[in-house]
Amino acid sequence: MTESFEPRIVGFLCNWCSYAGADLAGVSRLKYPANLRIIRVMCSGRVEPSFILKAFRDGADGVLVAGCHPGDCHYMEGNYKTMRRWVMIEGILEDFGVEKGRFRLAWVSASEGDRFAALVREMVEDVRRLGPFRLPEGTPDQATLAVAAGGGGSGA
Amino acid sequence: MSEVRIAVYVCHCGTNIADKVDVAGVREFARRLPGVEVARDYQYMCADPGQELLRSDIRERGINRVVVASCSPRMHEATFRQVLESAGLNGYLFEMANIREHCSWVTEESELATHKARALVAAAVKRVRFHAPLEERYVEVNQKALVVGGGIAGIEAALKIARAGKKVWLVERGPSIGGKMAGLDKTFPTLDCSACILTPKMVEAAQHPKITLLSYSEVEGVDGYVGNFQVTVRRKARYVREEDCTGCGTCYQKCPKKVPSEFDGGLSHRKAIYVPFPQAVPNVPVIDRSNCIRFQTGRCGACEKFCPRDAVDFEQEDEFLTLEVGAVIVATGYETFQPQEAPQWGWGRYENVLTARQLERLVNASGPTGGKVLLRRDGEFTDEVPKSVAVLHCIGSRDENYYPYCSRLCCMASLKLAHLIREKTGAQVYSFYIDIRSAGKGYEEFYTRVQAEGIQFIRGKGAEVLERDGQLYVHAEDTLLGAYREVPVDMVVLSTAVTPAPGAERVAQIFGIQRGQDGFFLESHPKLEPLKTATEGIYIVGCCQGPKDIPDSVAQGAGGAAEVLSLLTAGRVQISPVVAEIDAEACSGCKVCVPLCPYSAIKYDEERGACGVNEALCKGCGTCVASCPSGALSCRHFTDEQIYAQIEEVSSL
Repeated sequence: MTESFEPRIVGFLCNWCSYAGADLAGVSRLKYPANLRIIRVMCSGRVEPSFILKAFRDGADGVLVAGCHPGDCHYMEGNYKTMRRWVMIEGILEDFGVEKGRFRLAWVSASEGDRFAALVREMVEDVRRLGPFRLPEGTPDQATLAVAAGGGGSGA
Repeated sequence: MSEVRIAVYVCHCGTNIADKVDVAGVREFARRLPGVEVARDYQYMCADPGQELLRSDIRERGINRVVVASCSPRMHEATFRQVLESAGLNGYLFEMANIREHCSWVTEESELATHKARALVAAAVKRVRFHAPLEERYVEVNQKALVVGGGIAGIEAALKIARAGKKVWLVERGPSIGGKMAGLDKTFPTLDCSACILTPKMVEAAQHPKITLLSYSEVEGVDGYVGNFQVTVRRKARYVREEDCTGCGTCYQKCPKKVPSEFDGGLSHRKAIYVPFPQAVPNVPVIDRSNCIRFQTGRCGACEKFCPRDAVDFEQEDEFLTLEVGAVIVATGYETFQPQEAPQWGWGRYENVLTARQLERLVNASGPTGGKVLLRRDGEFTDEVPKSVAVLHCIGSRDENYYPYCSRLCCMASLKLAHLIREKTGAQVYSFYIDIRSAGKGYEEFYTRVQAEGIQFIRGKGAEVLERDGQLYVHAEDTLLGAYREVPVDMVVLSTAVTPAPGAERVAQIFGIQRGQDGFFLESHPKLEPLKTATEGIYIVGCCQGPKDIPDSVAQGAGGAAEVLSLLTAGRVQISPVVAEIDAEACSGCKVCVPLCPYSAIKYDEERGACGVNEALCKGCGTCVASCPSGALSCRHFTDEQIYAQIEEVSSL
């Protein structure tokens, strides 16, 4: 780990709440580190475990998944599915040797630009402290990873 | 797939992007990405010349994929899709990289912002290769509308829609429409009588042949989508048959049970069977079950005995209706801050400390004192007129302990009350304020008028109200004098904050509306789409969106009606083609996806041994896709390979 380590964090944000919250942070000109790169999904429920594994495998040092607050999901209950799935995802990531602190599930509403900016700052600091992510020795290739994640789906 | 030829446009957005991001550098970076034929940077891509650039490249350079790196797709994705369509290219062969909201505006350092912009552009370029043309779907729009909430905003909306010849249901939770405006005496700054301008509209709403008024009713659930909503409404039992009642009032004259009147802020009594106020629409009483002797003990039944029309029906039960509508306007209004939460202002402890809404009832001719401002002793009004009255602004508003926002209408309402008290009693009136916010037509002039009437303005928030030896004192720091003041008065009026209506959270969940940090409903764009919500076909008007005065509420009601009418009149509406699909060959029929879909859009087909998606019901969230263990499900425009392409670039750059 060097002083100049700039972690790469991939964020999967739901279109209706969290992506809009990130837009609001921008419109409000709130500053946060440039380390987060956002990928838009319609619902956090769309995020497959393989997305997260792939991000880490392809060089990400951290992954953020963000959706609407419980009860506020645009699709009624997609975020509950994400919440349920997250328990499994945490298990998989631990099995692959990804430290806690590199991945995070958060709820950010469309009006929480400031909360979003604070969240990114915090997460970037966490990941910076952990240093660059290195795949453990003997990490299986992508196809095997996909199978481990349930053939691309979570089965739940 | 034919050869992919991508054009990339990096927008300056004036200086919004170009000040932070090296747009020429990003353009050069993009030019070298695989598949990129054209890369340009331009001042404003969304403006006409920018759009024309795009069109001419599509036509002349054989471009079949487009990436615009500019603002949020929530802003201009639809704009650019139309540009592609106008040049003969399917609108879905397009991707945006958000290098403004997510990059230039939030990043301190230019170098880091430029680097991030490169990563986002690379991700978009890689993703767009996998885009497929998608056909927009259209559905018919049901020609009826629903308005929820019968305050002035909802009434205005319902009337405008009905006058255009469309059927409207107006659902009101309380026994009468009229909302908060019905409880006001005069309206600022013109001092029009509130009831005089409101009641004709209430009556018109009730009598209009195109409006069905469902009072004492609540929406329980909403299904469907824009153009085709199914709304379940609970008609709460009134215990009075609306069709038989003539509104003669015998029942509530005979009812022996007195209950504090909500409408008069507890300053008078109503009966257990009651109409909330004399001009109520419909003029049909309702029995308050929790206070009715008959319901609580089984005895009494005076109302039933004396009703000349046999309209009282203790056996009545709640009814459920299902309404089919094309669009919904939510106008569920507001509440005011309950000052018992803040004992420092003495409300509830000292009987001559009133809220502004209570004072509205006192100055009103149909109120508990017949329009006289009188002091109370031992729970009863006396004949005594106050000689001095303090009006305290910003009670609960602009206060980080309660509500940080400005409630916007109370400065003017407080000035109006100060004027009315002065006019009716000749009392010395003190106005304790932080700032006077009188932005509005004729508002500043009204402020000047009230100042000239001899109202004393003390610049300082009323911090505390105390009683000593039967005398009320208002404590405040006079920030103009720089002195602490203790002002003795006979009566105190608290201008309490405008807050979200009770039950706003549930209404938001039922209709799929988001709420802001203050709890009010969130519009889909704060400037350009003030009436739309995140759910297409559901609109918000009036104070449910935030504090506003009557003219603004009326304007919003009419605006909401315009939104509904443009949807209904178009007759059909575009539905996003972003939906899930199932490869029946790959589907194992495990049915994991079936219960995951909140819209019941996935059905298992016994014959084929596979699941299928009903595209009309699917809303494209993709939750089922993420769950499919055999990879048979995919989501159009959010396919695995499209998202993988983005992940590869943003993770490695």
